[in-house]
Amino acid sequence: MAAPLTIALSKGRIFQETLPLLAAAGIVPTDDPETSRKLILDTDQPDVKLVIIRATDVPTYVQYGAADLGVAGKDVLLEHGGEGLYEPLDLRIARCRLMVAGRPDQPLRWHRPRIATKFVNIARRYFADQGRQVEIIKLYGSMELAPLVGLADYIVDVVDTGNTLKANGLAPLEHIADISSRLIVNKAAMKMKHARIKAITARMAVAVGD
Amino acid sequence: MSVEDRWLLPEGIEEILPPAASRLEGLRRRLIDLYTSWGYELVMPPLIEFLESLLTGTGNDLELQTFKLTDQLSGRMMGVRADMTPQVTRIDAHLLKRDGPARLCYMGTVLRTRADGFGGSRSPYQAGVELYGHRGYESDLEVLTLMLETLAVANIADVHLDLGHVAIFRELVRQAGLDHDQEKILFEALQRKALPEIRRQLMAWRLAPSAERLLSHLAELNGDMAVLTEAEALLAGTGAAIDAALVTLRRLVTALQRYRPELPIHIDLAELRGYHYHTGVLFSAYVPGRGHAVAQGGRYDEIGQVFGRARPATGFSTDLATLLRLSEPPGRIHRGIYAPDTDDPALERQVVSLRMQGERVVRALSGGAETPPGLGCDRILVRRGEEWVVAPVPEEPVGQGRIH
Repeated sequence: MAAPLTIALSKGRIFQETLPLLAAAGIVPTDDPETSRKLILDTDQPDVKLVIIRATDVPTYVQYGAADLGVAGKDVLLEHGGEGLYEPLDLRIARCRLMVAGRPDQPLRWHRPRIATKFVNIARRYFADQGRQVEIIKLYGSMELAPLVGLADYIVDVVDTGNTLKANGLAPLEHIADISSRLIVNKAAMKMKHARIKAITARMAVAVGD
Repeated sequence: MSVEDRWLLPEGIEEILPPAASRLEGLRRRLIDLYTSWGYELVMPPLIEFLESLLTGTGNDLELQTFKLTDQLSGRMMGVRADMTPQVTRIDAHLLKRDGPARLCYMGTVLRTRADGFGGSRSPYQAGVELYGHRGYESDLEVLTLMLETLAVANIADVHLDLGHVAIFRELVRQAGLDHDQEKILFEALQRKALPEIRRQLMAWRLAPSAERLLSHLAELNGDMAVLTEAEALLAGTGAAIDAALVTLRRLVTALQRYRPELPIHIDLAELRGYHYHTGVLFSAYVPGRGHAVAQGGRYDEIGQVFGRARPATGFSTDLATLLRLSEPPGRIHRGIYAPDTDDPALERQVVSLRMQGERVVRALSGGAETPPGLGCDRILVRRGEEWVVAPVPEEPVGQGRIH
């Protein structure tokens, strides 16, 4: 049997939207992560396993070779730095935008605005590139609350429909990047298992319409 | 500081304990013997030197990785070596000044401000060789073969080789007329093999169609030997520099296939590690179960320029602690002779004689509760008449470990 291949995915939207692409590459999981408590899922191919982990952990697993392949949002990759990874394919799924948002009724505060975000590296880089001095406040969730209670002036977050922002009286102000999920590959795996990885990548590329 | 954390080491700083320490030392000795048998001379560069010489040439990328301090005598900045290659280059260029090729090897601890890689150590034990003064595929092949031999001596099986050449990207960029910033953007995207980004970027720059086609193809030129054939067809007629690079790769591959037919070879023409100083072929070794290269090297001609003498150079380096972790530890075999705590000149003579023969002889201490197995001994010294002879450890347990 060939060396096993491990693919890292996160639960929810990315998993659901990756399934048809994996199926196009001939990989179908035999367990459902929403009902199964297993963290390693078998597939119809005996030497291909799926590991189900948190979205922000996917680049780490793939970077260190704990998984050969993975699917991660560009937001997560930008925040992680993408070091030690290949990202050969844009899967064009889980699309959204990374935005600066704030209260539209408030005048812009230019002197050291406070930015609440879970994307501290992206936010720091974005404002530094514009020569704007900001204070970054790391939060783990419910970013929209921060400007309402005076914890921060702006937030940096991914925006899908914008409904959550609107419901909280916030509006998107600046566009940082368009986000979609990428297929990522461990560098060593690409070199040692290139035939299989290239075959999977090629079939997924066709399914994506690339 | 509490009593509990007084003996904790800084993050990423390692010490090597028994039995790993003796295995590491054993590996170090075997490697020095290997390199010596190939004609490589050992150099021992200093732990610390002035920053200017550490951070030039191959050290260009090490600015952030180097611990710095001020020399109280000269007021100049010094750095603790984060990589020994720049030091060995300085030694070749400035101190040895040989006309013909110089073969040098080195081993020692380096210090890094940040751990790179998994479970990362900030104090790897670096070992490597450098071959100066020869421009051509023969010296690349020699160094590459020595890298593979190093892994074999360390008992690392199932090695995969990755081969690349920086001149192809460099020449295509030059022909396409990209400026410095564009080169940087493309280089960075190539490192991630981010194909969609590369295509979009090349399109946005409105390059000549042929240049765009070749550069966007480069990111996909990786895989088995067929890639080299594909590249030869694709890049035919793109100039002498690219031709020379492809010829070098082809000759290396042919030689490796002849002498090491079992070695899996992966070609990656967009692999550009150390792009700022490498000038030719690049190679790295990978093993299953490890997400990073375990040894890597390549050609970096003209680096000696900053030290006053440009010389062609090629070399590789690896981390012995990593190699040790990857190699199967041999089942621990206890070999040794237990000498009882008895005051007898005949015993004394026998102990000295056995040690001269290379045996490990451990003396019991008076009043100690040591047993032969506890001291790692599989034999004991027993008195037969006037003589002390070596005998197997008796089967039944011996009370209090004292044997008389």
